Amino acid sequence: MSEILEKEFITDSVFRMRVEAPEIARKRKAGQFIILRTCDEGERIPLTIADASVKEGWIELVVQVVGKTTKSLSELDAGESICDLVGPLGRPTHIELYGSVVVVGGGIGIAPSHPIAQALRAAGNRVISILGGRTKDLVIMEEKMRATSDEILITTDDGSYGMKGLVTDALQALIDKGEKIDLVVAIGPPIMMKFVSLLTKKYDIPTLVSLNTIMVDGTGMCGACRVTVGDETKFVCVDGPEFDGHKVDFDEMMKRLRMYELHEKESMDRYASS
Amino acid sequence: MEEKKLTPKERLKIPSQVMPEQDPRERIHNVDEVPYGYDEELARTEAMRCLQCKKAPCVKGCPVEIDIPGFIQSILDGNYRASINTIKLTNILPAVCGRVCPQEEQCQMTCVVGKSLKDVAKAVQIGKLERFAADWEMAQGETEMPEVKSPTEKRVAIVGSGPAGLTVAADVRREGHEVTIFEALHKPGGVLIYGIPEFRLPKQIVMREVENLEKMGVELKTNMVIGKVYTIDELFEEGFDAVFVGTGAGLPLFMHIPGENLNGVYSANEYLTRANLMQAYSFPETDTPIARTKNVAVFGGGNVAMDSARTALRLGAENVYLVYRRSRAEMPARVEEVEHAVEEGVQLHLLQNPVRIIGDENGWVKAIECIKMELGEPDDSGRRRPVPIKNSEFMIDVDTCIVAIGNASNPLVPNTTPDIATNKWGNIVTDSETLKTSKKGVFAGGDIVLGAATVILAMGQGRKAAVAINEYLASGVW
Ligand SMILES: Cc1cc2nc3c(=O)[nH]c(=O)nc-3n(C[C@H](O)[C@H](O)[C@H](O)COP(=O)(O)OP(=O)(O)OC[C@H]3O[C@@H](n4cnc5c(N)ncnc54)[C@H](O)[C@@H]3O)c2cc1C
Ligand SMILES: Cc1cc2nc3c(=O)[nH]c(=O)nc-3n(C[C@H](O)[C@H](O)[C@H](O)COP(=O)(O)OP(=O)(O)OC[C@H]3O[C@@H](n4cnc5c(N)ncnc54)[C@H](O)[C@@H]3O)c2cc1C
Ligand code: SF4
Ligand code: SF4
Ligand code: FES
Repeated sequence: MSEILEKEFITDSVFRMRVEAPEIARKRKAGQFIILRTCDEGERIPLTIADASVKEGWIELVVQVVGKTTKSLSELDAGESICDLVGPLGRPTHIELYGSVVVVGGGIGIAPSHPIAQALRAAGNRVISILGGRTKDLVIMEEKMRATSDEILITTDDGSYGMKGLVTDALQALIDKGEKIDLVVAIGPPIMMKFVSLLTKKYDIPTLVSLNTIMVDGTGMCGACRVTVGDETKFVCVDGPEFDGHKVDFDEMMKRLRMYELHEKESMDRYASS
Repeated sequence: MEEKKLTPKERLKIPSQVMPEQDPRERIHNVDEVPYGYDEELARTEAMRCLQCKKAPCVKGCPVEIDIPGFIQSILDGNYRASINTIKLTNILPAVCGRVCPQEEQCQMTCVVGKSLKDVAKAVQIGKLERFAADWEMAQGETEMPEVKSPTEKRVAIVGSGPAGLTVAADVRREGHEVTIFEALHKPGGVLIYGIPEFRLPKQIVMREVENLEKMGVELKTNMVIGKVYTIDELFEEGFDAVFVGTGAGLPLFMHIPGENLNGVYSANEYLTRANLMQAYSFPETDTPIARTKNVAVFGGGNVAMDSARTALRLGAENVYLVYRRSRAEMPARVEEVEHAVEEGVQLHLLQNPVRIIGDENGWVKAIECIKMELGEPDDSGRRRPVPIKNSEFMIDVDTCIVAIGNASNPLVPNTTPDIATNKWGNIVTDSETLKTSKKGVFAGGDIVLGAATVILAMGQGRKAAVAINEYLASGVW
């Protein structure tokens, strides 16, 4: 049992939750995630550790409500508990002094980008962040990202905030401006990561993406999270979650993410009507 | 019948007692256990078949050397308490072993009765009797707890709560040491919980055994992935004096054929974990989904393949094809499992091997291409090597594939503890008697050492390791 210390909605569908987890807080590094289960009939779902305090013994999750489990999680309040919480899982981001790094966060992907941007900056890199969302409301954590970036660019699909367009447009603009970019880290919807990777491939810019495949155990036991990277099959939970974006088969991954579409809808409808 | 006066000849005439079972047509619609177990009369009749051999070769066939004639005699005497206590001297999970041991290759293989009747299937049904004694005890409510010696102030960490870890926990705790089990998943039991299905091993049995350990004072910490939240070195820093690694062989192997990452292709581990641990068979009452498809192909011929095939039937599949590249005689699965699978309607596709999985435009499996095989010369394992027959490829329409060709060792602990030596298969290398690894204070056993093996072998190693751990903690000598 892990107690929820704080919960707050930051947009209509995204909330931030602080959970008591001193052992995980002590060990976690940027890029790692946890798996949680809300109750006895519950599913195990992976969520990135967006922030943590060793001193106070908590980790923070930033979660978008997309289905049954995230919805029921969003209904828990401070003082209540989560049945199961395991982590930190996955390999930490490889942090070193690359020079100039562009961190691209799309939608809920901004949350996992934050600790990575923080660590890259702490290692002495110049960090330019590009935050994108469909509309103004979905550009989350702007203040936090600003605090860990040397420069920040914001895009919205509908132009309601920042530049109108996609994160790839902002990245293209940076490249066109002659900005020296040693590494791109892209985290967001698979389709976004795919197009960022296609763009950076043209310019030969090394690109890391953080994959959000369907998972069960998160320890390499089941293979649910497998993806094709280059000509190899990798398990995202233990070999990743970060991979060379130029080598990931995003089309296969996007198909695999839809494997349980009908079940998810059934589960959500049932929950909504209860 | 006055049993004491029976001659061996008369005993050999008693037919082997059949355990009543759920009707195959019924049972594929539920997940309840298939065999009901012996009642007292059946058990005592079966017990009468035992010749009470002086040298009892059956005992040598059991990896933990249970006093088999002893516990059988107690059943015959109606002293079931004595019977279960005899078993528990060497086996802490009799209700599990009685159900899942490959008895025909172990205790029952060497039984004199089976040998005399020239049919291993007619051996004394040792496993079924063991199950009877264990179930009897459970039905009594409270189990008798083993005595725990006075505290030693020594602490032992056990990584993994499969049969190996549970065995070590019991035997080390008895010496008075403090024991903490760290388990990666949210429920303890290892393969007994996430892999072997309910209809073969009710989960309540495993949970009960774990509760008994907790009553003995063993501390259980679930949701703890060692190597991640604590490394082995950090466990020592936290004050543990010895560590036992029993992390199992939970790394699913794939076949590396085209189409393996299509939707609808599962490793057996994933399929069984969803069904058992996550209770996907109750979806949508429970949240974890699983493909409920009509035509399922399972690749492999071991227990894992049988469990997957039989689970698929229970999830509503109309056709379940078990594709195995050798013949039925070479199948590594327990004989009973194969029989049960066939009774339930699993279709055996023997001497065939999948070469390719074909998907539809949405990335879902729609068919498999297989090739026919024939048996050639024996290979290193002594089994005849299957070789493909040229141009014999053919297709089967399926919407789900389950790959059940085996598991390799879980690499999480060795990867984060480089001073624990492993072999080329990734198994931890240990001394065969003491189960000591190359790292001071660290012992290992079960599938992580043996490669995918059996419950009782994992327990056998656990017992040896516990003896060595107790010695190490008493003497301080590595
Ligand atoms: C390493 C990793 C880190 C993640 N970090 C975050 C995060 O920080 N914040 C956040 O909001 N989301 C994150 N996700 C995604 C999050 O796990 C899913 O949104 C969540 O599982 C959806 O569950 P649900 O029951 O609410 O929705 P469902 O209705 O079950 O599914 C909605 C969609 O979520 C995905 N999904 C479903 N089940 C799983 C599963 N077991 N594992 C992974 N994805 C699944 C599928 O694409 C599905 O179409 C992360 C995923 C991964 C793999
Ligand atoms: C589907 C299936 C059917 C089987 N049927 C039979 C049968 O009928 N008869 C038979 O005798 N054998 C059978 N076996 C084999 C048998 O189950 C195994 O040999 C036995 O369970 C091995 O025991 P173990 O304790 O070594 O490991 P496991 O049972 O594998 O347990 C290992 C435990 O360690 C945990 N773990 C792993 N890594 C970590 C970590 N880093 N930190 C913390 N915990 C960790 C795992 O989550 C797991 O709970 C079957 C196996 C499978 C998969
Ligand atoms: S533990 Fe297994 S091998 Fe030993 S007697 Fe029991 S069934 Fe036979
Ligand atoms: S070998 Fe068979 S007959 Fe002899 S003691 Fe063992 S079980 Fe009984
Ligand atoms: S989630 Fe099971 S292997 Fe990655």
